[in-house]
Amino acid sequence: MFKGDFIKNLPKIYGTYTGGFLVFIILMAIAEQAGVSAKNIGVMFVAFTVCIYALIGYLSRTINVDAYYVAGRQVPTVFNGMATAADWMSGASFVALAGGVYFGGYTYMAFLVGWTGGYVLVATLMAPYLRKFGCYTVPDFIGTRYGGNLVRACSVFVLFIASFTYVTAQINATGTIASRALGIPFEAGVWVGLISILICSMLGGMRAVTWTQVAQYIVLIIAYLIPVFWISSNVGGGIFPHLMLGDEVARLGELEQQFGLVKNSAADMKAAGVPGGLKYISGSHSGVPEGGMAVWKYLSLAICMMVGTASLPHILMRYFTTPSVRAARKSVAWSLFFIFLLYSSAPMLATLSKLALMDPNLPTGIIGKSISEVQSIEWVQRWSEVKQVFIADFNGDGILQLNEWFMRGDVVVLATPEVAGLPFVISGLVFAGGMAAAMSTADGLVLAISNALSHDIYYKIIDPKADTAKRLLVARVLLVIIGAAGAYIASFRLTSILGSVAWAFDFAMSGLFFPLVLGVWWKRATRQGAIAGIMAGIISGTLYLTWVFPKFSVPMWGGVNTPFLGIDHLRFGLIGAPICLVVMVVVSLMTKEPSPSVQKMVDDTRIPTGKPILGKQ
Amino acid sequence: MSNKDAYWEKTKNHMFVTLALWAFFSLVVFMFGSELNTMSFLGYPLAYYMTAQGSLLAFVIILFWTANKQEKIDEEHGFSERGDD
Repeated sequence: MFKGDFIKNLPKIYGTYTGGFLVFIILMAIAEQAGVSAKNIGVMFVAFTVCIYALIGYLSRTINVDAYYVAGRQVPTVFNGMATAADWMSGASFVALAGGVYFGGYTYMAFLVGWTGGYVLVATLMAPYLRKFGCYTVPDFIGTRYGGNLVRACSVFVLFIASFTYVTAQINATGTIASRALGIPFEAGVWVGLISILICSMLGGMRAVTWTQVAQYIVLIIAYLIPVFWISSNVGGGIFPHLMLGDEVARLGELEQQFGLVKNSAADMKAAGVPGGLKYISGSHSGVPEGGMAVWKYLSLAICMMVGTASLPHILMRYFTTPSVRAARKSVAWSLFFIFLLYSSAPMLATLSKLALMDPNLPTGIIGKSISEVQSIEWVQRWSEVKQVFIADFNGDGILQLNEWFMRGDVVVLATPEVAGLPFVISGLVFAGGMAAAMSTADGLVLAISNALSHDIYYKIIDPKADTAKRLLVARVLLVIIGAAGAYIASFRLTSILGSVAWAFDFAMSGLFFPLVLGVWWKRATRQGAIAGIMAGIISGTLYLTWVFPKFSVPMWGGVNTPFLGIDHLRFGLIGAPICLVVMVVVSLMTKEPSPSVQKMVDDTRIPTGKPILGKQ
Repeated sequence: MSNKDAYWEKTKNHMFVTLALWAFFSLVVFMFGSELNTMSFLGYPLAYYMTAQGSLLAFVIILFWTANKQEKIDEEHGFSERGDD
């Protein structure tokens, strides 16, 4: 079924799928009118979509190594763009991004620039050359270009740290959404999520993940955009919010003036018993904070996220699957286009959601109303019960002030449809979208880790004579082990000790960015230089993280340290990556230049035509 | 200079131009955030617009432009691939 004309039929297949999904949404809307409970609609949305992904995963099963590792290198440009977008946009992007903008305003939006700008680096410095190289994994490139098992193992080590940090957060998100949508405990939700992830990836490897990710992208983008457009026209923001919210943004500025942006003291918040993880608005929505330090904070965060993006193996490996070098370049552009659709909508959703709650002229406004009145609103009650929203009357006047309203960031995406008076079918759709986003990213990450271990460690280092059947068996066993390990950690909610997903970007940029870039762009880079650079980068970055992050620095360094030049735990890649670069250049220049055959390999990598360096392996 | 070297020279220059555009929209614009915010675009304060939408859109356009330009360089030097994508 998945041969030859399958590729030609892709637009038809996914067109039918999209139409089918829209029909399903309409059926659910009819079911809601007919009196089916909100809970059952949520269950049906998640169950239906997950079953479709599982079916695609099953149909894409393969016993071919090339198909398992790089989807047979036949994924067309636009479809690879969609798959990359799904791979990229995590459960956190889907449910937390708008919340981040809601609370953080302009300052937080450095993430938006960082998580998109990185693709320019991917397209110019890496993707086409890695595609020409013909590798199966990112360490495969480093291991072949620099030569030797040690440098290969070092890059697998960095890949493992970066991707594993990320994957536990994703499995955690899958579990959260599965548990809320299906009404089961979080621990069970994590395992349901894991099984769904494995069904999608185990039988068909990269091929199965590619085709499920395309399906997941379609679900997640529909689930994100329908509510944004609908809410916008419901609260009077205009039918096309991206171009029409100028007045609303200005109005938020006025309201901030009117209500005042007050900072609560930690002691007050503790005394009032504000649950952990809930935030309040204390910064301006569109205003730019003054001063050089604020500018540096913005830029440094954007730099870390951009460079990190260009070093994350689960993204880079998506461009190994295109039919040509030219297709790889175009595919990066399509990826960013599909990502842009969601990322440019998140600030609009945040604006609408903030206005709905803050503007006293709107029926949904709560700030400035009496607290007893607000507490009697149905959605406030429901989300208070699960400790997602909280009210603390600090000044005791019985009126809700801006700084007295606390909310978890996720609520912006999950509850705004309800606040703006949309039917529940939309909330069900949002659950399905969140699940798709979390699953697609977890799939890509688990596959990146297990492919590196099975191809680079097992096949290339331990048993180069292994036959196809054995290699694929090892790859699948590792996939299950990595997934289970991630779920095990997530089920204990140990993710809080892993900190932020931003760490994955900093780890990757500390150890992988310069070895990858210089591997293509600097012929003089040597094996010794690469080994020293990778290790110096990842070790210095990690040490700095332990020094600057209070949870680690207190036991390890005996106290809390002030970040050096404002480089805090979100930005530690700014320590690791430059050290990696300097060490790599110095050691390379001190060692003998690479042999003529390696230099020729680099020359061949730079030319789009001709045979790949590594063929079928 | 051989054809390959000439090709790589052009590719390198093209890379620097692309990265300069990238740096402008990702870094330079936001060095002047508070100044830009006094101007407005589509009714939004300009720096807010750039971080919420403008720079993101610029990256998308840069990527399509740079891919097309690179294809032209490929063709000029006879390194253009055959086949559909």
